[in-house]
Amino acid sequence: MARKVSTRRKLAFTAAAWAVALIIFFPVLWTILTSFKTEASAVASPPEFLGADWTLENYVEVWGRSDYPRFFWNSVVISVGSTLLGLLIAIPAAWSMAFVPGKRTKDLLMWMLSTKMMPAAAVLIPMYLLFQWTGLFDTRIGLVLALMLMNLPVIVWMLYTYFKEIPGEILEAARMDGANLRNEIIYVLTPMAIPGIASTMLLNIILAWNEAFWTITLTTVDAAPLSAFIASFSAPQGLFYAKLSAASTMAIAPILILGWFSQKQLVRGLTFGAVK
Amino acid sequence: MTMTLRALLGATALLTLSGAAMAETTITVATVNNGDMIRMQGLMDDFYAKHPDIKVEWVTLEENVLRQNVTTDIATGGGQYDVLTIGTYEVPIWGKLGWLESLNDLPADYDVDDLLPAIRGGLTVDGNLYASPFYGESSFVNYRKDLAEKAGITISETPTWDEIKAAAAAMTDTEAGIYGICLRGKAGWGENMAFLTTMANSYGARWFDENWMPQFDQPEWKAVMTDYVEMLTKYGPPGASNNGYNENLTLSLQGKCAMRMDATVSAGALTDPKQSEFAGQVGFALAPDAGLGKRANWLWAWSLAIPASSDAKEASKTFINWATNKDYLALVASKEGWANVPPGTRTSLYANPEYAALPFAKLTIDSINAADPTNPAVKPVPYVGVQFVAIPEFAGLATSVGEIFSAALAGQKTVDEALAEAQALSVEEMTAAGYIK
Amino acid sequence: MATQSSRAAARLMVAPSVIVLFIWMIVPLAMTIWFSFRIYRLLSPDRTGWAGFRNYAWFFNSPDFWLAISNTLLLVGGVLVITIVLGVLIALLIDQPVWGQGPLRILVISPFFVMPPVAASIWENLFLHPQNGLFAAAAIGVGAQPILFMESYPMASVILIVSWEWLPFATLILLTALQSLSSEQLEAAEMDGASAVNRFRYIVLPHLIRAITVVVLIQTIFLLGIFGEIFTTTQGGPGSASTTLPYMIYKQAVIAKDIGRAAAGGIIAVILANIVAYFLMRSMGKHLDA
Repeated sequence: MARKVSTRRKLAFTAAAWAVALIIFFPVLWTILTSFKTEASAVASPPEFLGADWTLENYVEVWGRSDYPRFFWNSVVISVGSTLLGLLIAIPAAWSMAFVPGKRTKDLLMWMLSTKMMPAAAVLIPMYLLFQWTGLFDTRIGLVLALMLMNLPVIVWMLYTYFKEIPGEILEAARMDGANLRNEIIYVLTPMAIPGIASTMLLNIILAWNEAFWTITLTTVDAAPLSAFIASFSAPQGLFYAKLSAASTMAIAPILILGWFSQKQLVRGLTFGAVK
Repeated sequence: MTMTLRALLGATALLTLSGAAMAETTITVATVNNGDMIRMQGLMDDFYAKHPDIKVEWVTLEENVLRQNVTTDIATGGGQYDVLTIGTYEVPIWGKLGWLESLNDLPADYDVDDLLPAIRGGLTVDGNLYASPFYGESSFVNYRKDLAEKAGITISETPTWDEIKAAAAAMTDTEAGIYGICLRGKAGWGENMAFLTTMANSYGARWFDENWMPQFDQPEWKAVMTDYVEMLTKYGPPGASNNGYNENLTLSLQGKCAMRMDATVSAGALTDPKQSEFAGQVGFALAPDAGLGKRANWLWAWSLAIPASSDAKEASKTFINWATNKDYLALVASKEGWANVPPGTRTSLYANPEYAALPFAKLTIDSINAADPTNPAVKPVPYVGVQFVAIPEFAGLATSVGEIFSAALAGQKTVDEALAEAQALSVEEMTAAGYIK
Repeated sequence: MATQSSRAAARLMVAPSVIVLFIWMIVPLAMTIWFSFRIYRLLSPDRTGWAGFRNYAWFFNSPDFWLAISNTLLLVGGVLVITIVLGVLIALLIDQPVWGQGPLRILVISPFFVMPPVAASIWENLFLHPQNGLFAAAAIGVGAQPILFMESYPMASVILIVSWEWLPFATLILLTALQSLSSEQLEAAEMDGASAVNRFRYIVLPHLIRAITVVVLIQTIFLLGIFGEIFTTTQGGPGSASTTLPYMIYKQAVIAKDIGRAAAGGIIAVILANIVAYFLMRSMGKHLDA
């Protein structure tokens, strides 16, 4: 895997990579920094870096103003629930499309993606009515189903591409050795598929976590996740960027931490897959 | 077994409804995230102490999102909310459609006659009060006194447009990043069109004549747009076509706007030293006029209403009475000071000497009283509403017109082109909606 | 290669996905088609009836329609080009043996963690605003005039914000694909004296082509529906300079509350998206298998 490179070259690449990464990360960093400034300091111009008025009052206010744990828990249930349910349905589908492709497999994949083509605003009323009729409005199960279905095509697509990377010869070999379908899946495919599944999972949890149209439209109190929490922090009677930044940081933090931890898993999984 | 269980469940349900076990009437209140509403959520202990049998669930959302959710719910009969926070644009339309519960039977201590007449008028349809005002606002001029002094000018409390233009010119100092005047430029019926409609009122222009014919082809509108574009391009901040309420407030708090015309509710933030280092230098004046008898100020009240689909109307009325009567104002004053009392709803508040001592109290009440929703323009009009026209089609139409006008401000269209486009679009939409026969 | 029974099993395994997605698609679609021929304004419940093709005609006659279509395509195309070119470059860079690969990766994908409405609001107010933005401060710092992003370059601003949001998605997928590339092959090529450009062109790029195809297709579908960022930043303006088709629909549905028109717009958008998808599949679909 690792290629031998001179330290100098590694240093140069490291510097370049960090520079690029920091540029991309900067707006997020700026948001986090802003969340610790007073409102007046947040919009000061020229912008204040080190000399800013640092404070925790935004967090105190945001925390005191709404029931963060409830929004947070709803976000967790909805994003994790929809992703797991989606994986449950998508893994068999992607597996069979990758390893037993038919003439129509590509059309089927494209069709799945096409279910996402309707602009959200155009189906606002139909969706609203459907959720009311079925009693799924403002329920976590309703949002789990909605987000699962919304992201299912993406899950299938990603899994399909990852599964495609698994060389077919290995399956052939396993079959020659007399492995049945069940064993083939459990002992041969699963270990190789884990990294792909893991990154699909992470990506879809994030997609669900960040969904901010339907999660606000289809909830009121009981099932409202962090997107609704955020939507209550652009207060129009005074400055609000610091508070909005604090609320955003509170919404970003859990997923950032999740990303951080799963990162190690991901890397290990990838290495494992590549070693074969 | 199942029978008894069902009977038992039925009995419990009945009990919950009957007075004895009313411990858990839950009402869902949808509200905007304005400071006054947030403050109310912090004072709920008082409500629970008085009404232990009612539990309030809050849905707090930003204005645009709130409006979208609440409208969808009420128009489809969803019944998710028991109390809605809506504005003076929605109340007459929804009231007429029978979507709102009348509030005529609130208890006597509500003292409906204490409501400011202009505000009350805007929330009443055919003699029925359909919403109770939580706070009312108008618009006025705020400016930096130190800059006015430096420029050697004074701004009277009752300025004319010529005075405003001259003041803007005198105070502009682009080198120092000081802009003479900040006005709303961002497209939207509640953004640039709210301001432009009031400016039009004072210039003798109007949206429609008595036969609902759009009036953008009239000379008054040309005067409005010419002056508006000229003022903002000469003395306004660059990029004004994307500045709405929030952007202009930020610029004012930073002291970059020498003068600004916007909502009276921002007075609290402007005079708050924690938010602005120019808090001590803020001067206020009424919205300007053009000598035609109408000032360019609007009238808006965020109000609480009960949808007809609510299944907890009595509890909701109890809540609305608590949140909008005089005792609530006194409660806020005792806990958070008079400056934080929701303004602009009750005569008695402005009669209170402690409140009247606030620097913006008198101008707020004068501004509100100067607005007349039933007779907003110099010429007669077939509609109700000061900075809006209370018909369902207005929000969509005015947003489209607002886009055209923001393009004129950005210099992408001339004033004449913009007005011609606005006229053609309005005629088309009003014809399609059946107003123009 | 596959046997009869494995084909049957394969069908069975695809079935749940297909069935639930079909229901999820067809019910709202049917309702939308129905509404698109109705007069249905939320705030005028007394005016109902059949609209014929008037709701569709409204879009085609709207002076903004063709501009909106081209803006939609510009947004999709612009974001695709930016995210894929930068995504490939960044993936290549991070895939090099560098110190701190883990943290680097997190930093690079961090924009994906920010909710789109927040991202748009932060960009508009804290970065691009001509008086308060960081960019304006930088411009003043070097003695230049601040750029009026939202007024002079509304589409470019929206594309910039959306690209920033989607860059992590592209980078992550491309990086994963890159890591399955066998390093022996690259090393062999290097020893044979192949230049870095040639190695990229003949070894890396062909290896990445499927991942690129996937990114293009998935992102296209997401990007074709974007309106939130536009509402938060430019409101489609100035004028209609940054109005896209989904934003036109959003205005009809949410501001004008004309559900009939919004539904007609939705159907038009679906047809447009299908056309785009058809051409994409024809030009890139072959890269999916293999």
